Amino acid sequence: MTRDITVTINGEQHTVAVEPRLLLVHLIREKLNLTGTHIGCDTSSCGACTVLINGKSAKSCTILAVQADGASITTIEGVGTPEALHPLQEGFRECHGLHCGFCTPGMIMRAMELLEKNPNPTEEEIRWGIAGNLCRCTGYNNIVKAIQYAAAKLRGEETPSTEPEFV
Amino acid sequence: MIPEPFEYSAPTSLSEALTLLRELGDEAKILAGGHSLIPMMKLRFATPTHLVDLNRVPGLSYVTEENGVLRIGAMTREHELDESPIVAEKFPIFRDAARLIADPQVRNFGTVGGNLAHGDAANDQPAVMIALNAEVVIASLDGERTVPIDDFFYGFYMTAVQEGEILTEIRVPIQPGRTGNAYHKSERKVGDYATAGVAVQVSLDDDGVCTYAGIGLTNVNPTPMRARRSEEALLGRRIDEDAIAAAARYAAEDCNPSDDLRGSTAYKRRLVRVLTQRMIHKALERAHGRSTH
Ligand SMILES: Cc1cc2nc3c(=O)[nH]c(=O)nc-3n(C[C@H](O)[C@H](O)[C@H](O)COP(=O)(O)OP(=O)(O)OC[C@H]3O[C@@H](n4cnc5c(N)ncnc54)[C@H](O)[C@@H]3O)c2cc1C
Ligand code: FES
Ligand code: FES
Repeated sequence: MTRDITVTINGEQHTVAVEPRLLLVHLIREKLNLTGTHIGCDTSSCGACTVLINGKSAKSCTILAVQADGASITTIEGVGTPEALHPLQEGFRECHGLHCGFCTPGMIMRAMELLEKNPNPTEEEIRWGIAGNLCRCTGYNNIVKAIQYAAAKLRGEETPSTEPEFV
Repeated sequence: MIPEPFEYSAPTSLSEALTLLRELGDEAKILAGGHSLIPMMKLRFATPTHLVDLNRVPGLSYVTEENGVLRIGAMTREHELDESPIVAEKFPIFRDAARLIADPQVRNFGTVGGNLAHGDAANDQPAVMIALNAEVVIASLDGERTVPIDDFFYGFYMTAVQEGEILTEIRVPIQPGRTGNAYHKSERKVGDYATAGVAVQVSLDDDGVCTYAGIGLTNVNPTPMRARRSEEALLGRRIDEDAIAAAARYAAEDCNPSDDLRGSTAYKRRLVRVLTQRMIHKALERAHGRSTH
């Protein structure tokens, strides 16, 4: 019943025996112990499980591990380091883009592809761009600011003010 | 939630896929983007014993224009339609729809072919394809056949695609004359299926007479629906406000919505009326904004 698949996760190659019904998110969390990728809804709605598959943001709860055979996957563990945060991670910290943090890995993985495709998004484009990611805490305003902060930094511009917004 | 166990094959050519499907018969199910099928398998509403994954079959993903026909490969992802230059120029309706289908991650995987083959009146591409009068190409080991969109949707989750067959391409005729098209759906929140949706395409000749009218409705009928009386109200005349009002009224009268979480029957009819009116206006504006021959 199982078959061997090979995936490159955060630059490291793994060959794993999997059942066809194993979901990619379970491969990542339970077989490879990378628990930064979260399961929120388990029904393809919340985006907490978002990872990059060959650079494309994907809901890993809705993809079979066997489909990822041969693919290159990036999870939040492959983004920045505690000493040198990725501009998105820095933006979320500076702009208070998280409260409980549950949605944050998915938000950041989604924002990675968004900024890759569109380095200078408008606020509206950011809001549409993260429409597949739910946050139950922040009200989104500071997430949008965090992504704007990262976009500016990635463009090599001065980062905007990081005063939190009180509304 | 974990699906029931199943076997999995990932063929690397169309003929290999068709051979597998022929051998497996009704045990097999095709896996395209998986964004309708996998959620259903997780809920165990669908329990196929063998998945045939089309993602490694080359040559099924493209958007091209040839001899007055737009050809869309079945495995073209929703986001690729949104980014296609031909679509931007001649079929802004696909951009309207693509941006309202689910969310960016789902559009990265969900395919145009899967959106039709799923046979769900809640999906958005069916109404768009009805408005555009598309044809669907279906392949099997016996060859290829072409099915007009009006003969494609059989019932809930049932389409013209039979055992051993693969939907390979969608063909959309490019209408002569000044043509405009538009789609909008009303949704409770981003990513939700339509409460109601309306797709419109109109073409006008040099005198402004309507030579083509296509109107498709989303999620207000057991199957994706053509609003035929509404089309007839526009065809063969200069489209004025009276004609638009009549078309909108017919669409609202002829659809068959049901009361559900998204709204009452009366509310949905009202929505269909308003959206039909708005989409005809928008399609006309687009028709006047450019000319194609
Ligand atoms: C959270 C969420 C929100 C969504 N919102 C919307 C929405 O607002 N509007 C909308 O239109 N859709 C929506 N969808 C559905 C999404 O667009 C699906 O991707 C689409 O309906 C099916 O395409 P797929 O490629 O994923 O098909 P799959 O899930 O792989 O397949 C669906 C069905 O079609 C069959 N099939 C697929 N391809 C072929 C083929 N080439 N030949 C023969 N049979 C085939 C499969 O066997 C299966 O029965 C949503 C999905 C999710 C998860
Ligand atoms: S856990 Fe995958 S979308 Fe919510
Ligand atoms: S920070 Fe708690 S869900 Fe987003």
